[in-house]
Amino acid sequence: MIAFVIQRLMQSVLVMLTVALIAFALFNFVGDPISNMVGQDTTLADREKLRQELGLNDSFVTQFARFIGHAARGDFGLSYQQARPVGQIILEKMPATLELSFMAAALALLLGVPMGIYTGIHRHSWLSQAMLAVSLIGVSLPTFLIGILLILVFAVMLGWLPSFGRGTVVHIGWWTTGLLTVDGWRAIILPAVTLSLFQLTLIMRLVRAEMIDVLRTDYIKFARARGLTGRAINFGHALKNTLVPVITITGLQLGSIIAFAIITETVFQWPGMGLMFIQAVGFADISVMAAYLVLVGFFFVIINLVVDLLYYVVDPRLRVGRLGAAHG
Amino acid sequence: MAELAASGVPARVAKRQAVWRRFFGSDLLWSFCHSPVTVGAAVVVIVIVGAALLAPLIAPRNPYNLASVSLLDATDPPAWLAGGDWSFPLGTDNQGRDVLSTMLYGTRLSLLVGGSAVALSVVLGVALGLIAGWRGGIVDTVIMRIADVQLSFPAILIALLIDGVVRTVLPRDAQARITLYVLVASIALSYWVHFARTVRGSTLVERNKEYIQAAWIIGVHPARIVVTHLLPNVIGPVLVIATINLATAILTEATLSFLGVGLPPTEPSLGTLIRVGNDFLLSGDWWISVFPGVLLALLILSVNLLGDWLRDAFNPKLR
Repeated sequence: MIAFVIQRLMQSVLVMLTVALIAFALFNFVGDPISNMVGQDTTLADREKLRQELGLNDSFVTQFARFIGHAARGDFGLSYQQARPVGQIILEKMPATLELSFMAAALALLLGVPMGIYTGIHRHSWLSQAMLAVSLIGVSLPTFLIGILLILVFAVMLGWLPSFGRGTVVHIGWWTTGLLTVDGWRAIILPAVTLSLFQLTLIMRLVRAEMIDVLRTDYIKFARARGLTGRAINFGHALKNTLVPVITITGLQLGSIIAFAIITETVFQWPGMGLMFIQAVGFADISVMAAYLVLVGFFFVIINLVVDLLYYVVDPRLRVGRLGAAHG
Repeated sequence: MAELAASGVPARVAKRQAVWRRFFGSDLLWSFCHSPVTVGAAVVVIVIVGAALLAPLIAPRNPYNLASVSLLDATDPPAWLAGGDWSFPLGTDNQGRDVLSTMLYGTRLSLLVGGSAVALSVVLGVALGLIAGWRGGIVDTVIMRIADVQLSFPAILIALLIDGVVRTVLPRDAQARITLYVLVASIALSYWVHFARTVRGSTLVERNKEYIQAAWIIGVHPARIVVTHLLPNVIGPVLVIATINLATAILTEATLSFLGVGLPPTEPSLGTLIRVGNDFLLSGDWWISVFPGVLLALLILSVNLLGDWLRDAFNPKLR
């Protein structure tokens, strides 16, 4: 167990260092930071002075070490475009993205798991068939298209919900939240639904497949033979055993939600990190891009780590198999 | 077949007839004909691909020809609505371009980028997978660790990063010319992992079989063993995954274009058309984005259905 945890931690650190190296290489070699910061009429001497002050003349290793040191403290330098600390910009944008992601994840779980259970138990009912057909369409429709269609129907045609922005937000310390105002709740509905739809169909299909598999096993037949109620069999015995893969996939999907938030935020002009990243790409704002890369990499590494450890803890049967797979 | 050859039919024709007989008698065709959904999906794909290929012939107008475009025609609704005009069956966009024509040309570009990206990622993935599986050792470890790291991030994020970085590196004037290649490369680089892993897995199994050992013993050059003996035996699953990935690649291209880092509005793919139309959605001009959106969804759904069928029909092991 301890060996596995240490091995896994080392791997995570290695991945993080790789991501940091890519971000740093971006930062360092793409374009000239100086010419991005100063005006046309700055003299060469002034440029050289600035270069020296910013430490751009130091060796690669020194600069990389300094980059990691700063990054660990959340210091990613100044945004080329806004001339403000990148850490500060990200801190402003983070609550919006996290709020949206958590709402979407909650929606996907709260709807996806019961729908999966239902379609798994009542395989041939027309409602299950309808849900499956809709889910196939849900998988095929691109996220941005779903967002556009929702805007068209609920914002343009019906005029019920706002089509962009976060509504009124309340400041609590450095955190801003839209969940304390009616306006904010109205604004989050469409983006959260858009973002959750893909994960929802995925979770539903997964739970359904697992339920069908488990319901075929001998111990379920035995439970039926003992005369247990359908409720006790389905929820007491079957559901429990479907949860291991569901936890894994859901955990990993949480990471995808943060990545897919880029698309949803662009469609709904949601002022989060994803929109910030897309704008940074548009303006060639490399310091923001690098910071986003490191941050998202960090999120993913943490999520993968937690999921792997959880996997290991929840299902002891997998330990031997996993180690074998790692060497094979 | 022997009697055919004996009755004077040239051997070449006989061979061709045998191939056809095998094709019509195969399980594959049987399962295809007995799945109405698959047949429907195939028809839709053929119609869309055909229309895209024939775009210069069947499109009412050439959207790239600025002389035929007039701003006076901008944002006309579809023909059957009030204010519509049958010379623009599905209406016009904000620049006065015929929506139907831009859609046909856009589908061409979407298919071109998606198809090239998948082809490139197959070549890359198969090559790296073969090398990793055949050589083993440190080469294998390095390639597969890179694959593992990449697999822990969503492909769309990787494509977006590669695309974003290349855009930043290149000077502005070079961008317009090579956007297409950058797009293909960034999508391909985000999907090679699936192919590499599959090929490596089958290579590890195949390389210990007797026919490979026999080739070794009679002194066939290793490169020749890999290409002529090993490759045909590991390529099957790759083709199935490629079909499934084609839908994903088209989707990725559309998403990147929608986010504004794909093809430019002067040479729009379906994703770009949706992006452009999105700006006019709030003023009620829904047709600019909705028609390309429906076409894109239909295309992806059909390719997905075909891919699913192919996967089930070919190889139950892949499930």
